[in-house]
Amino acid sequence: MSIATAPRVLDTAAIVAATDARNSLRQTVSQTMAMAWRATKKMRRNPEQFFDVTLQPILFTAMFAYIFGGAISGDVKTYLPLMIPGILAQTVLTTCMATGVQLREDMDKGVFDRFKSLPIARIAPLAGPMVADLLRYTIAATLTFGMGLVMGYRPGGGVIGVGGAILLAIFTGWSLAWAFTFIGTIARSAQSVQGISMMILFPLTFLSNAFVPESTLPSGLRAFVKVNPVSHLVSAARSLANQGQVTDQVWWTLLASVVVIAIFAPLSVRSYKRHL
Amino acid sequence: MPSTNTLAVEAHGLVKDFAAGSGKHSKAVDGIDLEVAQGEIFGVLGPNGAGKTTMLKMLATLLTIDAGNASIFGVDVAKDPHRIRQLLGVTGQYASVDENLTANENLWLFARLQGVGSKEAKATASQLLGQFALEEAADKPISQFSGGMRRRLDLAASLITRPPLIFLDEPTTGLDPRTRGQMWDTIRGLVADGSTILLTTQYLDEADQLADRIAVIDRGIKVAEGTPDELKTSVGSSTLQIQLSLGADQTLALDVVRRVVGEEPVLTPGNLNGTGGRLNVALPEADRAADVLIGLRQAGVSISSVNVDKPTLDEVFLALTGHDTGESEATTNHTDEQTEMEVAR
Repeated sequence: MSIATAPRVLDTAAIVAATDARNSLRQTVSQTMAMAWRATKKMRRNPEQFFDVTLQPILFTAMFAYIFGGAISGDVKTYLPLMIPGILAQTVLTTCMATGVQLREDMDKGVFDRFKSLPIARIAPLAGPMVADLLRYTIAATLTFGMGLVMGYRPGGGVIGVGGAILLAIFTGWSLAWAFTFIGTIARSAQSVQGISMMILFPLTFLSNAFVPESTLPSGLRAFVKVNPVSHLVSAARSLANQGQVTDQVWWTLLASVVVIAIFAPLSVRSYKRHL
Repeated sequence: MPSTNTLAVEAHGLVKDFAAGSGKHSKAVDGIDLEVAQGEIFGVLGPNGAGKTTMLKMLATLLTIDAGNASIFGVDVAKDPHRIRQLLGVTGQYASVDENLTANENLWLFARLQGVGSKEAKATASQLLGQFALEEAADKPISQFSGGMRRRLDLAASLITRPPLIFLDEPTTGLDPRTRGQMWDTIRGLVADGSTILLTTQYLDEADQLADRIAVIDRGIKVAEGTPDELKTSVGSSTLQIQLSLGADQTLALDVVRRVVGEEPVLTPGNLNGTGGRLNVALPEADRAADVLIGLRQAGVSISSVNVDKPTLDEVFLALTGHDTGESEATTNHTDEQTEMEVAR
């Protein structure tokens, strides 16, 4: 039996009085950053997580340029200004998919039990990794343009135009990642997240103007391509990178991104809470 | 011992129904009342699947409460989960630490998440690592940790903000005896520091060693509550298990036991014609076993094996519920089914 020699007595009433009813915005941000720190540590220890953002842009840029270049634009060099922004959008979207898959894997781990039991904002475990993923988007976007430059792409928009296109792609990718995060919270396994995400990803990227001029498509398909947010991103990135122009497409892309966040961020948090 | 009148944990009629609406009897927790005073170690004892973890998870805001209500230090669990999470340290059955981080990084992260400043978080981490004898392993990845080290780290992680109430879900399951003893010492130290502890366990001796009071839970229902001594008196200080020979008269054997010990033994039936089977007899002291055996010999009841032991959780269960723990769940269900079939006929 325990011989408790005069155990300390806690003033629990004071402890209860000192608790907060909810997290402040500042606390939420600081918790999100702590979760982002965790995600970057994880990335550093599992460098294979960078395969998709490093190999894919290089491989796809080369592959698509040499396969489709001649057929669509006559030669590779004329195809590049059309294709590079398309690859940019595609790469960024694939990166978002990884966000959802990794969240699902992560949520099955024991440490998530602790996250749930801590007085932290429910959005922090979701938003933290997404902040860290900004790094992945940046790598993917930069490499895509870098590969283009190596192959002879000379964007008319200059550094500022290309930088703008990259920033826009990163932001769009980050907001679309919320949709994949939502899938991550509802799917039963990481594999099913991958499956569902592919079903969404393929139509979105290929039923767009990413790789072919819109005018070559049949009219029914063209209608979809016109409203597809990926098309907006691709058009906006093209005029930014190739002409240095900020077109209406930029605003449409930003609007679509904000709508996606507004819908999927609350849905994700709600679904994550239900997992408790 | 309680410093104030507010209970550390107060729960009434807690219910968790994982298959609500399906019409099946599926309540993991079925109307449990719980009162834990401040500064005590309260043990929840029960076999696997009794509903201990589910109950703990409800109290820790990790599962919704389907019916009933609960409060911790007077704060309502369902209405004010954010406050509850600030009052509680939860250590789960399986270590909930991050495999990708080192011990140091884990503690730093959990401290940062709870609003501790970066520098202070470092200090807290190294202080806790020292307290739990993990300094040497501070910068090693968790994948190289032994089970005992993981548990210690997990417990350390629950103590970062010095919560006044700590939940320990089977803190020593799977640990070797030495590590287990160390864990017990740590737990006693926490109480000396003023914490209240609610722990679950499958081991009677653990509850006996640590808990001031024990609730025994079976299939989501509380079947007994009291101090370890009270519970043990109800099962006797030791148990005598007698395997009757095939053909031995059960009724006669029961009569002998009743006469000698004055207690009703629990009979595990042998074959159908009322012979054979196993007797579980609760003894006030182990010496009385001899009296029972002499009685049986005189009455001419033949036995095939005898065993005297301290009461195990199984015996407590047999005594309190009339059924076994563990695998017997299946057999009991089976008999239920048989009865149903008979009724149907």
